[in-house]
Amino acid sequence: MAASDILLGMSGLRIDGFSRGKRTEIVKGIDLELARGEILGVIGETGAGKSSLGLAAMGYVRAGCRFTGGSIDFDGLDLIGMTEEEKRRLRGHRIAYVAQSALSAFNPAHRLLDQTIETCVDRGLQTPEEARANAVELYRKLNLPDPENYGRRFPHQVSGGQLQRAMTAMAMMSRPDLIIFDEPTTALDVTTQVEVLRTIRDLVRQHGTAALYITHDLAVVSQLADRIAVLQHGRVVEIAPTRQMIANPTHDYTRSLWAVRNLDKPERRDGEPILRFNGVEASYGSSRALSEISFDVPASSFVGVVGESGSGKTTVARIVAGLLPISAGSVSFAGKPLAGLSVHRDRETLRRIQLVQQSADTSINPRHTIGQSIGRPLELYFGLKGRERDSRVVQLLEQMELGPEFLTRLPSELSGGQKQRVNIARALAAQPDLIVCDEVTSGLDQLVQEAILKLLIRVQEEQGVSYLFITHDMNVVQGISDKLLVMHQGRIVEQGFRSEVFSPPHHPYTERLLASVPQVDPDWLNRLVAADATP
Amino acid sequence: MTPMLRAIVLRLGSAALTLLIVSSLIFAALEMLPGGFAQATLGQAATPEAVAAFNKELGLDRPALVRYLEWLGAAAQGDLGVSYAGGSGSARRDIATLISDRLYNTFFLAAYAALLAIPLALALGISAALWRNSWYDRVVNTSTLAAIALPEFFVAYVLIYCLAIKLNLAGALSNVDASTGFFEHLKKATLPALTLTLVILAHIMRMTRASIISLLDSPYVEMARLKGTRPAKIILRHVLPNAWAPIISIIVFDLAYLISGAVVVEVVFVYPGIGQLMVDAVSSRDMPVVQACALIFAVTYVGLNLLADIMTTMTNPQLRYKA
Repeated sequence: MAASDILLGMSGLRIDGFSRGKRTEIVKGIDLELARGEILGVIGETGAGKSSLGLAAMGYVRAGCRFTGGSIDFDGLDLIGMTEEEKRRLRGHRIAYVAQSALSAFNPAHRLLDQTIETCVDRGLQTPEEARANAVELYRKLNLPDPENYGRRFPHQVSGGQLQRAMTAMAMMSRPDLIIFDEPTTALDVTTQVEVLRTIRDLVRQHGTAALYITHDLAVVSQLADRIAVLQHGRVVEIAPTRQMIANPTHDYTRSLWAVRNLDKPERRDGEPILRFNGVEASYGSSRALSEISFDVPASSFVGVVGESGSGKTTVARIVAGLLPISAGSVSFAGKPLAGLSVHRDRETLRRIQLVQQSADTSINPRHTIGQSIGRPLELYFGLKGRERDSRVVQLLEQMELGPEFLTRLPSELSGGQKQRVNIARALAAQPDLIVCDEVTSGLDQLVQEAILKLLIRVQEEQGVSYLFITHDMNVVQGISDKLLVMHQGRIVEQGFRSEVFSPPHHPYTERLLASVPQVDPDWLNRLVAADATP
Repeated sequence: MTPMLRAIVLRLGSAALTLLIVSSLIFAALEMLPGGFAQATLGQAATPEAVAAFNKELGLDRPALVRYLEWLGAAAQGDLGVSYAGGSGSARRDIATLISDRLYNTFFLAAYAALLAIPLALALGISAALWRNSWYDRVVNTSTLAAIALPEFFVAYVLIYCLAIKLNLAGALSNVDASTGFFEHLKKATLPALTLTLVILAHIMRMTRASIISLLDSPYVEMARLKGTRPAKIILRHVLPNAWAPIISIIVFDLAYLISGAVVVEVVFVYPGIGQLMVDAVSSRDMPVVQACALIFAVTYVGLNLLADIMTTMTNPQLRYKA
């Protein structure tokens, strides 16, 4: 690469973070080069330093962090040495940023158009009229509905997938040399993700913009990136052109990321139904959330519920957990009618049905130690106290492959995966017959996901518990579910044993879901786009 | 009907209900006060017959419920009744006229203090948040806290000592009446207004600072930084519009205080406001006046809180526009 072709160069970059009273090194000496117009994928697990690396490319570190060594050169400018004011003038003009969650990264108080044109107008790069016309043009290119009027909406009035595209439009406004994409599609449904990936790729290629594309999803990054860098513990362990990297990964850690999930639980087809929905309907206020929902959960089985957001799958979980009453039909549990709301259920029924929520961060009391959180159901349902209770908690922790030292820790000291294990341990403490898992692996990295799924299967083999496992990710349920329900717009569009649902012919919606799951193949998106073009 | 309008109508309804309950509580509380107007006027030595005759003349011998409903019905039509004081017949004064001058004075002082305090507190709060943890921030925080920690009468006397006696900038007494002109009134009310400003400044300033700082870690603020927005614009354009709700609540709370809680300041400066009137009426057991004052305070509180709710809704697009 000729020196003038290089837009961004990092050498020996080190960043320190300060948390819980001690300094830790987040980025431990990274060398990286990015050519003009090149898309570099950055992949790694949570905590590998991906986001810090992306922000560093804007000369930015989060509160509590600092640059401790190395240099960053952006087109001949020293991004670490320059003043804050000089950095500020680069951001939003020559380097732009697309955040992970567009819903929280857009200001709720302002209309989308005002936010899109803000920087360009503030800097005098474009007149307000030019900027507005420019924004509408970008909205159009990104396939946003009604581009002329799209920007008049507030962030809460549009969907997540649209917001993510609006944020890409905002980043493109000044025609920057470099865009940092920080997990822009992670929070989206698979079908939405395809559309966003496609529009981002087309726009970036069309304008010859260089990009750092940060993600933990190999399949996603292989659709866009010219080269891929693999990050682990703050270091680049491997960097190579995309096709070479996928065909021939050299580093052990890279190969472990590549390894296709090897969970394959034999499908069970027996078992008396423990939970039965019969023609259930439910609504939130006047809007119907579920229609004609009928299915069985056999004892000791793993029933997957898949669908996009808004398909009603979480509503099913809320009904089973007794958080939402049904408006028609019936629900029975262990052969008896199940009372609608949890306050009307007896303690034994409450014990036998447990719920594990998606966000372990918000479902564990941050001021209770792990011992207190897991010990609570033991006190409530079995009257265990003191040492007896603690030793049972330690047993449960061991079952979750966590050591006894966790007994006295607070949730804030745990990683996301560890918190989710605690969450599951708390549900298991009640020795339930049915656990409702609502997107319990969604926020987690591939390897952590796999470990948690293995745990769930092992617990099932040991204790015969049933799972109603709700997820938007077809991959997760592919190897482990016994039965599968595919939901769409409040209805079950297909249900059956795993082998039936995953083998053709598919219901058209199931087909779309399956087709939208990105594959680790640089040509997958091209093929999908080509298939869409030929009806 | 738009959702906004419906919300306002609903809130108005509940405000009316609140006022009805408050009015009955006011009436009941005053019924329970030991001693009556008769005892207070005629003195400890009055014979029971004299007291009974006095009560009969005022209509106080009738059942409490009847008197409550009469009072409520009249108050709803804007008639607050007549004061017991000032003898019988035509000499007895109409409460509406008795109160209106005092009420004007109170609102005058409250508005004066609010116009000084609110912009100053917002400016101090915003700048303290912008330069948080700097010397400026610490000085502003400590000095406003000190002002709120001191008793009102002490602040008032310090101001009188410094501004009226030493510097001779203003008069120590704020004895206004109906004949006082607007600018004369403004001048005379300056010291009490300054005292009240110092009392409420810290509340609003600290709430403004805290609610801005609590939002500085939000993803949209980081996004604004990564868009290269100026620090001052980040605070004014990206943070403040989302921080209004708690600031509006505390401002309204302080406005209500300015109207109903300024009695100490009124006494120190001999300012003829409604607070003083109420205290005088309680000690002489002039119930119709006390009831009228309490009802006005209640209306003020309910009205201001209604205003706060509406303003909070107006500043939040998520409540204003449906998804």
